[in-house]
Amino acid sequence: MKRKMKIKNKVKYQKIARIFQFRNLYSSINNLIFKKKISGKRETKTEEMIRRFRYNKSAVFGLILILLLVFCAIFANFIAPNDPTPSPPELENSLKPGSWSEEGLENYPLGTDMLGRCILSRILYGARISLTVGFVAVGIATLLGIALGVTAGYYGGWIDSILMRIVDIMFSFPGLLLAIVIVAVIGQGLDKAMIAIGIVYSPQMARIIRGSVLYVKETEYIEAQRAIGSSNWRIVIRHVLPNSLAPIIVYGTLMMASAILDAAALGFLGLGAQPPAPEWGAMLSESRFYIVSGAWWAATFPGIAIIFAVLGLNLLGDGLRDILDPRLKT
Amino acid sequence: MKWYIIKRLAMLAPVLIGVSIIAFSLIHLAPGDPARTMLGERATQEQLNEIREKYGLDEPLYVQYVIWLNDVLHGDLGRSITTHEQVSKEIFDRFPNTVELSIAAMLFAILIGGIAGVISASKQYSITDYTFMGIALFGISMPVFWLGIMLMMIFGVWLGWLPIGGRIDLLIPYQKITGFMVFDSIITGNLEALISVLRHLILPAIALGTIPMAMIARVTRSSMLEVLRQDFIRTERAKGLSERAVIYKHAVRNAMVPVVTVIGLNTGLLLAGAILTETVFSWPGLGRLVVEAVYERDYPLVVGSILIFAIIFVIVNLITDIFYTYIDPRIHYE
Repeated sequence: MKRKMKIKNKVKYQKIARIFQFRNLYSSINNLIFKKKISGKRETKTEEMIRRFRYNKSAVFGLILILLLVFCAIFANFIAPNDPTPSPPELENSLKPGSWSEEGLENYPLGTDMLGRCILSRILYGARISLTVGFVAVGIATLLGIALGVTAGYYGGWIDSILMRIVDIMFSFPGLLLAIVIVAVIGQGLDKAMIAIGIVYSPQMARIIRGSVLYVKETEYIEAQRAIGSSNWRIVIRHVLPNSLAPIIVYGTLMMASAILDAAALGFLGLGAQPPAPEWGAMLSESRFYIVSGAWWAATFPGIAIIFAVLGLNLLGDGLRDILDPRLKT
Repeated sequence: MKWYIIKRLAMLAPVLIGVSIIAFSLIHLAPGDPARTMLGERATQEQLNEIREKYGLDEPLYVQYVIWLNDVLHGDLGRSITTHEQVSKEIFDRFPNTVELSIAAMLFAILIGGIAGVISASKQYSITDYTFMGIALFGISMPVFWLGIMLMMIFGVWLGWLPIGGRIDLLIPYQKITGFMVFDSIITGNLEALISVLRHLILPAIALGTIPMAMIARVTRSSMLEVLRQDFIRTERAKGLSERAVIYKHAVRNAMVPVVTVIGLNTGLLLAGAILTETVFSWPGLGRLVVEAVYERDYPLVVGSILIFAIIFVIVNLITDIFYTYIDPRIHYE
């Protein structure tokens, strides 16, 4: 009996696995473009990476979570059962439980908050905000990080020393505190929060990029580039940066998880996204006082959404690190 | 060793100067007239002139910085705009609360995280191991403020076991000596106050300690697994030592170094987490002070509190670094 179950599970697993058979997709694209068939035995580097990724169960799980989130964010206006910010507020629906309760309203599966807004719809729209924050903040951090890291790593010397001391000083503030400080200067709001988080993460990115630039700089092909008279700019953009891409992707993914968490924290403190924006942290902050009157759902579900997003990105990032970072390859 | 500490202390200086420059520039980067920023909107012309005179606001920036730094080093951080108290007094009133909360959270994290890590490693791939590591994985991805709200809801509202906010029951007489409430109520022998204070401390400490706990559990596990694979463990098992003695007497000690690193690194997280936990539990600590100050645009208070935060953070990092050498004599610093 037990064995039967095992076989059943195996079949199920294989079915799931088949969905992720990118390899077929890849080779068919390759056939289309290059009009030649990849020989059966030798696998390309990309294929090897995809194969390694598929065997990393937790990374695949993280990818599924993130794809789900992206799906929710893109199609929020189609999936969401209700308007996330109805105006005027439907106060007669205030703090109604979800579909698990008899008292719940139809069409409001996760219940409503104090202004009678559908929590599920707000969470779905909130995915847009959180993903945007993640992308934009990490984007800012990466751009600043590349500017600082490449300058420091490529030119070295006193420029390097000064830039790295600045980075050290920025590291001597806990991340969230530095973000709060920046918000104190440039003002509150979601856009400002994104900028603040981007700046806070840039030293970390700068260090990572500097490290990989230092490594790439010493390789022979860069020396060859110099020998044939390429300009510094050309070497950096055409050769150094592409070779530093792997750590940028890995740490960018992990950073996005913390960026989403920090943005939610700023929203919770009232320094990030402002109401009525359906931002997860702000939702938590608005509804936390109603737990005393028994409305637990309003504060619970936005937090679960944050956990899923952060967990997904963390798992994906860890998986990507195992695959892409050759220094950790054993 | 001695030289290493001296060198580290010397390296502290530029970092602290940098931190102070950031704090100083905050007042000047904030929109508007710095004198008004320091005194608030309702300041009179006389007060404004006085502060311009005092901080030399007509002088070049570096002169202003020196004047300001001199005041800060003498403990004068200006007056809060909202409460009109000395900023240093506000900070020292709140400081013990945050320290007590952080210590309680760290004790929770080290105790539970350490034990969970050791058990997980000694029973690798068992159900216990998977459960602990699953919880730890969730613990890392959890927002502190959400966990705080959930704990408050379950233990405070539903079960009614613990209070949902504040520091002590207001009806209980409490004699302030040092401001560290647990310590004060012990030395005054005030049992009633001690119980109340501890009851108020439990939920915030668990909320704040969960992320460090999860990290400590994960690192302890992987470090223990590495140690358990080494030869001397095999020798000890071969000579017939009980599994208990092998793990608790020999393996744990050798697995400590990475754990200490994580504990040190987590102190920064703890400070950031304290900002959120204190907001959730209406805890009168430094973290809430910062948030309230930013909210009220009370710049003297913002500057003072972030200075303190950064200094604590830098010093804890330093202590962690120095502590390594005591734990593992094999580590030598150049």
